Amino acid sequence: MKFSEQWLRSWVNPSISTQEMCDQLTMAGLEVDAVEPAAAEFSEVVVARVESLEKHPDADKLNVCQVTDGTETRQIVCGASNVREGLVIPLAKIGAVLPGPGPGETWKIKPAKLRGVESSGMLCSEKELGLADSAEGLMELPDDAPIGQDIRKYLQLDDTIIELDLTPNRGDCLSITGIARELGVLNKCEVTEQLWEPYKQTITDEFAVEIEATEACTHYTGRVIKGINPRAETPLWMLERLRRGGIRGLSPVVDITNYVMLELGQPMHAFDLQKLDGKITVRFAEKSEKATLLDGKSVDLQENTLVIADDSSVLALAGVMGGEDSAVDDSTTDIFLESAFFKPEVIAGKARSYGMHTDSSHRFERGVDTQMQVHAIERATELVREICGGEVGPVLEHKTAAHPEEILPIHLRSDRIKRVLGIELAESEVTDIFQRLGMEVKVYPDGWLVKAPSFRFDIEIEADLLEEVVRVFGYNNIPRTQPSYHAVIQSRPEAMNSLDELKRCLVNRGYYEAISYSFVDPKWQDILDPQAKTIALANPLSSEMSVMRTTMWAGLLSALKYNVNRQQNRVRLFETGLCFRPADEGTGVDAISQEPMFAGVICGDLHDEQWAEQTQKADFFDIKADVEALLSYSATDSVFAAAEHPALHPGQSACIKQDGEIIGWMGALHPTVQKVLGIDPRVYVFEIKQSAISSNKIPEFTPLSRFPEVRRDLAILVDEAIPVSDILSVINGASSDLVKETQLFDVYQGKGVDEGTKSIAFGLILQEFSRTLTDNEVESEIENIVSTLNQQFAATLRE
Amino acid sequence: MDLQKLTADAQDKINAADNLDDLDQVRVDYLGKKGELTSLLKTLGTLPAEERKAAGQDINNAKRDVQQAIEQRKQSLESEKLNARLASEKIDVTLPGRGQRAGGLHPVTRTMARIEDLFSRLGFSVAQGPEIEDDFHNFEALNIPSHHPARAMHDTFYFDANTLLRTHTSPVQVRHMETNSPPLRIIAPGRVYRCDSDLTHTPMFHQVEGLLVDENVSFADLMGTLADFLKQFFENEDLQTRFRPSYFPFTEPSSEVDIQCVMCEGEGCRVCGHTGWLEVLGCGIVHPRVFESAGIDTEKYTGYAFGMGVERLAMLRYGVNDLRLFFENDLKFLQQFGSSSRR
Repeated sequence: MKFSEQWLRSWVNPSISTQEMCDQLTMAGLEVDAVEPAAAEFSEVVVARVESLEKHPDADKLNVCQVTDGTETRQIVCGASNVREGLVIPLAKIGAVLPGPGPGETWKIKPAKLRGVESSGMLCSEKELGLADSAEGLMELPDDAPIGQDIRKYLQLDDTIIELDLTPNRGDCLSITGIARELGVLNKCEVTEQLWEPYKQTITDEFAVEIEATEACTHYTGRVIKGINPRAETPLWMLERLRRGGIRGLSPVVDITNYVMLELGQPMHAFDLQKLDGKITVRFAEKSEKATLLDGKSVDLQENTLVIADDSSVLALAGVMGGEDSAVDDSTTDIFLESAFFKPEVIAGKARSYGMHTDSSHRFERGVDTQMQVHAIERATELVREICGGEVGPVLEHKTAAHPEEILPIHLRSDRIKRVLGIELAESEVTDIFQRLGMEVKVYPDGWLVKAPSFRFDIEIEADLLEEVVRVFGYNNIPRTQPSYHAVIQSRPEAMNSLDELKRCLVNRGYYEAISYSFVDPKWQDILDPQAKTIALANPLSSEMSVMRTTMWAGLLSALKYNVNRQQNRVRLFETGLCFRPADEGTGVDAISQEPMFAGVICGDLHDEQWAEQTQKADFFDIKADVEALLSYSATDSVFAAAEHPALHPGQSACIKQDGEIIGWMGALHPTVQKVLGIDPRVYVFEIKQSAISSNKIPEFTPLSRFPEVRRDLAILVDEAIPVSDILSVINGASSDLVKETQLFDVYQGKGVDEGTKSIAFGLILQEFSRTLTDNEVESEIENIVSTLNQQFAATLRE
Repeated sequence: MDLQKLTADAQDKINAADNLDDLDQVRVDYLGKKGELTSLLKTLGTLPAEERKAAGQDINNAKRDVQQAIEQRKQSLESEKLNARLASEKIDVTLPGRGQRAGGLHPVTRTMARIEDLFSRLGFSVAQGPEIEDDFHNFEALNIPSHHPARAMHDTFYFDANTLLRTHTSPVQVRHMETNSPPLRIIAPGRVYRCDSDLTHTPMFHQVEGLLVDENVSFADLMGTLADFLKQFFENEDLQTRFRPSYFPFTEPSSEVDIQCVMCEGEGCRVCGHTGWLEVLGCGIVHPRVFESAGIDTEKYTGYAFGMGVERLAMLRYGVNDLRLFFENDLKFLQQFGSSSRR
């Protein structure tokens, strides 16, 4: 809501500065968003008249004008097309300072010669005075404008435009009246409530109106005015107030309805009476009905849209915008004024659903005063008569039973003030606040019974009253206290791993945490997880952000690529967050699986560039160590098995299982995938479910043996296709309790080992708790393991 | 042989020995089983009985002197050897250490962790909720019915008429109240989404929601808690805060909270739009309809709720000047918030 401070002060004029007024409004919940002068700084511009003019001898488009400011006549060369004899215009005299093109810039009018003809001053357009962004010619002032008067004074330009960012509950402040009332309350001063007497009808013309949608439109008032002057012009004062309120002048009748809306908060509409057919019906749109709106746009109406129609077509989207066909134009002489009450819930969202937002829909959505309709008609009538003349018919009023006539009184209990607000107020103080707000108050021993005025339709329950009390009392007058404390130690399971701990595990291994959007490019999603069913946004910002990720690799790889493209040859990133896919069962939100995942991507050198070691590229086993570090936070053992994944290198990918269930994947990115995504360096990735690493076991002590450990190293030769994990698990199975640990320390293929065979070396650590092991015991344990390996894998000892 | 000369010779050889092996050879030569001094002792028997005692004493004294001299020389050689080793093992201790260097957490995580930590000191625990929400939890239960104008401000991403990406972390409040009974003290950090993207908006960002429900919780308590929190968050005991009436459908009274601009300390600058104040929080007393919808007795309990934008707080705390940097994941940006700064 933008408005002129002068206009507001004509309603209420507390003795405070503009800044104080703005602070007051902000601190009362009507947030001031912007304060700017009504016009840029300029000086020495006066009202003047073109006495005579003749063509410039050497330039077709220029005129040489004799211009008077009442005391002096000057010769001025002017190129504007609308310049003519008798025209009253703003004149910038020699020495005038006008606003320049940039903010804060100015320029000075000096005597000049244009194509050899002297010119002493300039005739100005609205743009040149900084009153408009563009102009088509000189600013035309009324013929009776006082010649010689300073234009700033004449147009009352020494004014401020204040813009409020109003919250949706304060629809009552979307008008000068509303803001004035509020300022009156805050400053305890009088507000000029202007009431217009019913205008005496001079003709009896009526127009039939029928409300079909009686729940949606509960009050419809109208009036016929005939014989208005189609050549009338909107007075400057009104145009200026509209301009400062952010509304462009269009034509007198339209300007008047807009003016009344700004003044009283009641949106209005004017129809050209001669273009109406039969009667007006307020109803919901019918299937496949169309309407052409004032902005020329044709819309297909939805059936839940309230419309104003006549017998042949839809005239307007109720409360949103009028139609083109019935609009007032410059030949209109008879009009039908509309001032109605539409239920907020009927109008809400309608404009938006047609891609529109109008001053009218903005107000109806938030609610207008239920008692304002007739009042607004009278005010508009007065202005039409004043500006356009015409004969006035009776006010036509149609009200349905559903019209919210009165707001029910609400009880406020005095103890709630202390309990909810934490302040103590005297009874008289509270009563005074309500009375200043225009509420009817009855005082009871335990509180107040309060009835809000019709414009405060937001006051519905006790909490609304509490809010009003504290708002007027002033938030910053409240002492700041602390809530009393129920000191209870909250549970914190020791086995639970905080996400922070897990993240720090990777941070300590050189990773940076990334955060990427949860919606990704379907192309990337398809490449990385082609089999997954995805969930798509109905209204994405762009197609690159249109499906919910099923894997975090999409975001992470895109971040990796971003960095690789910026000369980072070593990237290690991880991210935690939800991945989304349709669930197997459930309805609504339950039909969507939202799984917390933990994922990482790496490329480039194992370590930062450094002096101490030979530079080495990170590979599968480097990222596997990172994954194992994370999995070490789990109470459950994890198993890595070679498995194929569409995004991963078939020979370098593993699925990770716990208790037989897949909890994650890791591996080298498939070269084809890398090529399609446009990532050059070898990339390794992992992704595991957070649930798999969310809790660890509580340590359980085992007594320490005081007897020595024995270590035996074994090297065996087996077929190269046999996974080491199989061999280790067989060793585990074949071992007795004496074997405490198995350490894999070498895997070798090459010279000295037959092709197709690999050598695996491991150390076995044996110990008996209560005594020293004998050589015999150790040897028989080893023999048993070796023979089992031989049986299972045809393994032989390497000589 | 003359004992004196023998001793003097031994002394010379000891001094001449420049390593431990040579020195040991000297020991063997004089003091060993077949050493010269040992041999002398064996000749004592050939002497007349009255000379034996004195001669024996002389030889033993000489042995002792040689022994001592060897010991001294040994110590000195050992210390020379150690010094030589130490000198040869000298390294440049200013070279950087070997191996992996630590990375870092994202500044948003860092900020959320800080908020969580401060509120956990006041007994708040962390609650989580889904990011794909239903209309009920994101709007209806928070007193935002379908026709409410506040919906237009939320720029919601939809999947279908009833399913959406949560536009705020407030639905976590609702879910928590559905499954827990008062007293409640939670904060809910997480991702939220709005269909908006420009210089100062990203379609995804983070919020931390807070909820306290108990008997006798007042607006004054809310103001006290948040003012203290902001002082601690910015580590500024003198930080000025102001509460401005505002409107949220799920709280009443509602307030927005401004802090004195951290850039200009209230003098007025570009960051605060020359007002000296920066809006950082929204808060209020839980609306009775929200309690009713969650089945909490509005007569017995009151509660307060608040919500803050994490990126905004992170920008103010660390001086980040562009919101979009948070989601570009540029290492040059992330490294500035890492555990080790790099040069």
